[in-house]
Amino acid sequence: MSHAAVADTHDHDHDHKPKGFVKRWLMTTNHKDIGTLYLIFALTMFILGGAMAMIIRLELFQPGLQFVQPDFFNQLTTMHALIMVFGAVMPAFVGFANWMIPIMIGAPDMALPRMNNWSFWILPFAFTMLASTFFMDGGAPAAGWTLYPPLVLQGGQNLAFAVFAIHMLGISSIMGAINVIATIMNMRAPNMGYLKMPLFVWTWLITAFLLIAVMPVFAGAVTMLLTDHYFGTTFFNAAGGGDPVLFQHIFWFFGHPEVYIMILPSFGIISEIIPTFARKPLFGYVSMVYATAGIAFLSFIVWAHHMFSVGMPLGGELFFMYATFLISIPTGVKVFNWVSTMWKGAMTFETPMLWAIAFIILFTIGGFSGLMLAIAPADFQYHDTYFVVAHFHYVLVTGAVFAIIGGAYYWLPKWSGNMYSERLGKIHFWWSTISVNVLFFPQHFLGLAGMPRRIPDYSTQFAEFNMWSSIGGFAFGLAQIFFIVIVWRTVKGKGTTKATSRVWEGAKGLEWFIPSPAPHHTFQDGAPVNDEHLAHVSSH
Amino acid sequence: MSNPETSNNDHNQYYVPHLARWPIVGSIGMTLTAVGAATFMNSETAQTPVLMYLGFATLIFMMFGWFAEVIKESETNMYNPQVDTSFRMGMVWFIFSEVMFFASFFGALWYIRNMSVPWLGGEGIGLFTNSELWSGYEGVWPTNGPADVGGKFELIDPYHLPLINTILLMTSSITLTIAHHALVDGARKKVIGWLIATVVLGATFLFFQVEEYMEAYQHLDLTLKSGVYGSTFFMLTGFHGMHVTLGAIMLIVITVRMIRGHFKPESHFGFEAVAWYWHFVDVVWLGLFIFVYII
Repeated sequence: MSHAAVADTHDHDHDHKPKGFVKRWLMTTNHKDIGTLYLIFALTMFILGGAMAMIIRLELFQPGLQFVQPDFFNQLTTMHALIMVFGAVMPAFVGFANWMIPIMIGAPDMALPRMNNWSFWILPFAFTMLASTFFMDGGAPAAGWTLYPPLVLQGGQNLAFAVFAIHMLGISSIMGAINVIATIMNMRAPNMGYLKMPLFVWTWLITAFLLIAVMPVFAGAVTMLLTDHYFGTTFFNAAGGGDPVLFQHIFWFFGHPEVYIMILPSFGIISEIIPTFARKPLFGYVSMVYATAGIAFLSFIVWAHHMFSVGMPLGGELFFMYATFLISIPTGVKVFNWVSTMWKGAMTFETPMLWAIAFIILFTIGGFSGLMLAIAPADFQYHDTYFVVAHFHYVLVTGAVFAIIGGAYYWLPKWSGNMYSERLGKIHFWWSTISVNVLFFPQHFLGLAGMPRRIPDYSTQFAEFNMWSSIGGFAFGLAQIFFIVIVWRTVKGKGTTKATSRVWEGAKGLEWFIPSPAPHHTFQDGAPVNDEHLAHVSSH
Repeated sequence: MSNPETSNNDHNQYYVPHLARWPIVGSIGMTLTAVGAATFMNSETAQTPVLMYLGFATLIFMMFGWFAEVIKESETNMYNPQVDTSFRMGMVWFIFSEVMFFASFFGALWYIRNMSVPWLGGEGIGLFTNSELWSGYEGVWPTNGPADVGGKFELIDPYHLPLINTILLMTSSITLTIAHHALVDGARKKVIGWLIATVVLGATFLFFQVEEYMEAYQHLDLTLKSGVYGSTFFMLTGFHGMHVTLGAIMLIVITVRMIRGHFKPESHFGFEAVAWYWHFVDVVWLGLFIFVYII
């Protein structure tokens, strides 16, 4: 424990931040500033997408049409998903990657700093364009985030804008992913071997590969939508020899790796938090790396489990069912490793740890409902019901979003130099965790009872569970406003204490050996990597 | 420490630029292009997409500015070998993303030919689709679908223009490789000669490609709207043609840079990146020639 501030001695204060808003933020090449931009953007989109969810839950509070028209409701479900997936969860992870990867591997910055700036600064433009479709003739896209033809082709002017917005998001994601790969493969400090890297770095390396592999496929799919709609091609039109189901295949070839893009970095964050507060090295570090790679590989060969009920040869149904089951093996490895890490650990339950433990439990629930959905014959019953909605909100909200919030509490003292209020953090945690289960758990029952997803009205027997779900939704939404207050107070240093370099007693890894807040430039002269500083090496 | 923007040429340090002026210009250009194109596509009346052209111009301006900055830094020795490796990785993974983009269209072609068209013709699970919806349709490739979308059309003979084009592109890959070897040997005049040969071959390819499209539209009644055959044919060859155009422009840029005395025998990442890209469009063409034209 006496190694604190070892790296500090090598860090002459290069802390000259560019002056002025435009130079500091618009033209920045600094990985920390760009990380901050990503995180602020993600939080903004989280609130925007959350506001849409609130309207959705308000409409579903009781049967009948109360507040919005069905078409606008469909626009809301579509845009809520697009904004949450591409605007909130993915940019949040890129924000974490920007902030933490160069520090964790001892690099002076990201490998391609100017391109890093462009990756971010495409996003506000793309989302402005996407959101502007709300104000056009025919409104925003309303066919669901999966954009299935022929429905999506019947939606008015928004299609071209949505497609180009998706192209821009794709370009941004690909550039961001290239940067992550080049940084991790080329910028590691001497002595930072691949199997010494923190697991967050490993999960992001694999995520970046997935991004480069599938974002172009998504771009291809939406390009075909575009030409089908505006230029008379017939990719998805049976009359011309095409097939609407073809779109679903291409979309889900992108879409399934995409859901792992949204969860693998979460695994990385959880794998950082758990060892710190269990005060033990991560159990089975190498198996965690292989499990992540295994999940990534399998993600390419399971896509049609999203399409069991659409019509597929029997051999296809069987292959995709069994391939999907295989994913539970590497995922199980991860869950058991986290639990084993905690086993006989000297555990304390600071706010990040609470989010991490809740992640393990609730994500596992989402994983199990995923296994139920993977059973092809059973899926004919569950398909397009609220059971699916409950499933993917468990993996994405109590999975990805919980990991993001937990990670934010974990590293916020390092970023801001201030310790958040532990009391407020715990209130936020319990408030969120209770309300999110009130919000999503009843949706399992609604789905099993046959309530279809993406509808503004429902039969009266679904009324009670929907009311509970809405109450949980409002409470969860309010809790996140509270989160913003906590972050704001921490950053501004209101009611907080100064954070130490180490921040957490059990923390290991290079980021805990630089001052808090992290100086504007770290490791310009190459970081000295001492094995004892690293979380995973001492266990070998 | 002095301002790294002007004097960071210490070879032991990884060069981190401190201000990025061009990305925001690029974002504005991209947005103008996208909004202009989307508005144009949605408009009922034919009008010049001014906004789109403005966006294009902005993007070209951005590329000139950005690349000029990078070239200047490179020529003034601000990059050490580690920076070079980052650029290499960037280019390799960018080309991989392009491969996946083409894979989505090749995949669509595969699915249509082996799944959807036979099903429409009554094979396997398509028995009732065929008898109830499209009875009489045989589902044989090439096809414009059971509704005969776009009317009767004829195919391009693969052994005339496409074969010539294949030979042209293959040859251009060889000439480019000769140029690369010459660069490593330090024979600059030879490099420029072979680069010009490569550009001429690429431009001739594009000329024949335009010729072929005109032939298809004017004499064969094969258009983008000729059902799914027209869709896959023109989208695949069209995106490839766009990539060849981009590659040819890149070749012209490195030719001009050679003439101006850029690149060293031991360090010439810009040259190599263009060469990789050119070989990539070459390989895509081989795929097209086999799976689109011949089979």
